[in-house]
Amino acid sequence: MARVLLFGRLADQAGWRERSVEAGSVAALRQVLSADDASLGEALAGPGVQVAIDKAIVRGDAPLAAATEVAFLPPMSGG
Amino acid sequence: MTAFPSISLTAQSFEPGALLTTFCAGRDETGAVASFVGLARAEHGQAVALELEAYPGFTDVAIADFAEAAKARFGLHDYRIVHRIGRIAPGEAIVFVATAAGHRRAAFEACDFLMDWLKSRAPFWKKEHGADGDRWIEPTAQDRTDAERWD
Repeated sequence: MARVLLFGRLADQAGWRERSVEAGSVAALRQVLSADDASLGEALAGPGVQVAIDKAIVRGDAPLAAATEVAFLPPMSGG
Repeated sequence: MTAFPSISLTAQSFEPGALLTTFCAGRDETGAVASFVGLARAEHGQAVALELEAYPGFTDVAIADFAEAAKARFGLHDYRIVHRIGRIAPGEAIVFVATAAGHRRAAFEACDFLMDWLKSRAPFWKKEHGADGDRWIEPTAQDRTDAERWD
């Protein structure tokens, strides 16, 4: 199970901040989340949204091991 | 909340004067300490509160990477960064930055540099709770221009 974290407006839109999801890759995870909430799936693929696996930014698809933390990060505001 | 003693992300309000006193203590080779305190604005009643979200273990690491680069660039002896997260009322301190160097120019410039970066590039998400509802805020063009001065 991957531990999925949403931040900023993505968490507001989804109505949750953290959830465990069974998925073997980032692409598979996106499919699972989209199937559950299509508008969230679109938002996660939107401009400026970055993905971090275990707190490191990744681009494109990547495999997910068990107990991996996957964070979807909307554009950052600065402090 | 963070593994970096020079950097704190805190949901508690803090007293800037006490931080500065602590930062200045026990130095006999530091000729200059510069500091900056950012406060939450009321925006003439438009802003009820700010809410800042961080990603612990990601936000603090990003700040540490940048601050250590600043320390090398400006030859700092030391620095201290305290940043509020969570809900912040108008008038409360959001950020405290202090820099210590041998001479004033490096201390001033490093403090300015750190603030420009924190305001535009630090991984926070900021929501303004206003009289007319809530909105997520992104860096202003001015924030970006300020940060680009140092590139």
